[in-house]
Amino acid sequence: MTVVSEKIGEQIGNWLELFTAQPPAEPWRQELREAAFERFCALGFPTTHNEEWRFTNVAEIARDKWSLAPQAAADVDTLAPWTAGGIRLVFVNGRLAGPVPSLPKGVEAGLLAEPSELNRIVPETAFTALNTAFLDQVAWVKVARGMAVDSATPIHLVYIAAADEPAGKLPYIAPRMLIQAGADAHVTVIESFVGAGTYFTNAVTEIVAGQGAVVDHYKVQRESLDAYHVAALEARLGRDANFRTHSISLGGKLVRNDAGAVLSEGTEAVLNGLYIVNGSQHVDNHTVIDHAKPHGTSHELYKGILDGESAAVFNGKIIVRQDAQKTDSKQTNKNLVLSDNSVVNTKPELQIWADDVRCTHGATIGQLDAEALFYMQSRGIGRSEARRLLTYAFAQDIVDRIKVESLRDSLEKLLFEKFHERSEH
Amino acid sequence: MALLEIKNLHATVGDREILKGIDLTIHAGEVHAIMGPNGSGKSTLAQVLAGRDLYRVTEGEIVYDGQNLLDLSPEDRARAGIFLAFQYPVEIPGVSNMYFLKAALNTVRKTRGLEELDAMDFLSLVKEKLKIMDVDQTLLNRPVNTGFSGGEKKRNEIFQMAVLEPRLAVLDETDSGLDIDALRVVAGGVNALRSPERSMIVVTHYQRLLNYIVPDFVHVLSEGRIVKSGGKELALELEEKGYAGLGIEDTDEEVARV
Repeated sequence: MTVVSEKIGEQIGNWLELFTAQPPAEPWRQELREAAFERFCALGFPTTHNEEWRFTNVAEIARDKWSLAPQAAADVDTLAPWTAGGIRLVFVNGRLAGPVPSLPKGVEAGLLAEPSELNRIVPETAFTALNTAFLDQVAWVKVARGMAVDSATPIHLVYIAAADEPAGKLPYIAPRMLIQAGADAHVTVIESFVGAGTYFTNAVTEIVAGQGAVVDHYKVQRESLDAYHVAALEARLGRDANFRTHSISLGGKLVRNDAGAVLSEGTEAVLNGLYIVNGSQHVDNHTVIDHAKPHGTSHELYKGILDGESAAVFNGKIIVRQDAQKTDSKQTNKNLVLSDNSVVNTKPELQIWADDVRCTHGATIGQLDAEALFYMQSRGIGRSEARRLLTYAFAQDIVDRIKVESLRDSLEKLLFEKFHERSEH
Repeated sequence: MALLEIKNLHATVGDREILKGIDLTIHAGEVHAIMGPNGSGKSTLAQVLAGRDLYRVTEGEIVYDGQNLLDLSPEDRARAGIFLAFQYPVEIPGVSNMYFLKAALNTVRKTRGLEELDAMDFLSLVKEKLKIMDVDQTLLNRPVNTGFSGGEKKRNEIFQMAVLEPRLAVLDETDSGLDIDALRVVAGGVNALRSPERSMIVVTHYQRLLNYIVPDFVHVLSEGRIVKSGGKELALELEEKGYAGLGIEDTDEEVARV
């Protein structure tokens, strides 16, 4: 026991040093930071004994010594070409780079200046606490009641990590986003994460959608292959609101996404995801869909493609509360395994307290269809090309659901190149 | 010189020997029907010709256009002009028929030393072939065979054959599951593709298809061997007497109980 607590003490000690090294902030921010750091110290990093972290070992994150990220510059168009167009806020090492672009009427976007609804809904974990403990600039999007911004004008929140390699310091970056959509407001928000080198991104996004609001949310994670990426997304959805989120996970050495949504009466929620991993990448998607009121609909489709010695975890929790009669919920997780050395752990977790509901779930882990491969070969298409086409087709299903045309086109191109590289070896 | 020469072909699946010494010679322009009861090895022969790795050739050889066919990968066989119309065409969700066929045609054209077609040229070529096969153009934009009816799938096979213009077409039970109207359309498409340069192997259980696609030769396969060969009248004899009349056992496949 002493050894364990010493270890924890050492970890916390490193973080305490970092915590106190932060430049001071105004009182509301400082208060949030301090309370959160206290919680983090009490919780400590999870181990694989914790059921929620059974298949994802964060010992490397806990062990490494992280530093506050330095100011840096980066070329967003090269690193994240899919973010061109629309309204774009670019953060380099967690700090806003460049001016806030001009905004349509009824839309506010930029940095949060007051606590507002911040930190009200996100579940408290060691990682979310550690994000709040380092609360700095908060990316903020607010769309006024009844205002509609169409999908041709998405709001991009781009996070670029530029690790300071020569100095040998490993940056810790804590992106924080708050998205507020008023009643009947329509908005599209795209979060993007890119970077180079070894660093640790620990992001938290809170989305509050009013009655009848339509929020289309995307997350494109293309971190460096040496990066750690932990992120929590929590959405609180009003009556008859329509929420769609698509999580595209391509990069990172170790990735954990927690996505949660609480639905009200008549709320419709779509949580889709696509993860593509290779080498020794590890990606973990945990989702919690909470049907709190009647007549809610939720659809969840997560698809994964694994190659090399990569690993994926999917854990989909669906709660249907006693009040939530006539809930219609469907969850699907499909995995395409391209190598013998990849591992998938998938688990549905249904908690149903109401009696008049429809809930379905299914999970598959499979290889490329040998019949389809032969069929394509028998038409003259080479084996590696056939494999690439089938792999691409598997991912296409999710890409097709992306409503933002520019993002869909960029992703198609990105995936096409990705699978082409892969089939060449 | 013969286009295809099969000599003493033996093939197994797992530990089971299916083909037990097939000899067959096909010249350019000839249409050969291969008939036989269920389990006689008809479809195995078709799949072995296309290069399905599920089957292992244990003895014998296949010479196609002067080269050892068994040395070629399935895609190289296709590029050399062999086409298998599948008994059960495979559904490929997410890959459009158009993209699939364009990729196939361009690899085949490349092998033949022809220029690759761009999207426009491809479309005009395909439109011409669609007419022959009486296939709706919307079929092109749908994923390969996905959600197609049985008839649409079989028609799509022959349509692909029309686009790829093979030298040797192997039609594996192209009639199975088709009603008489669909059968006529499919057979019409096949007949439109008959030419002095193109040979065909028509594999079927029933004689009916051969009323529409009239073969030059008929072979009867039983227990992995060709037991009888003849002209088109052999098919009629079979129709009359049944396989039993030729001393061949034909057991109906078990009907699945619900």
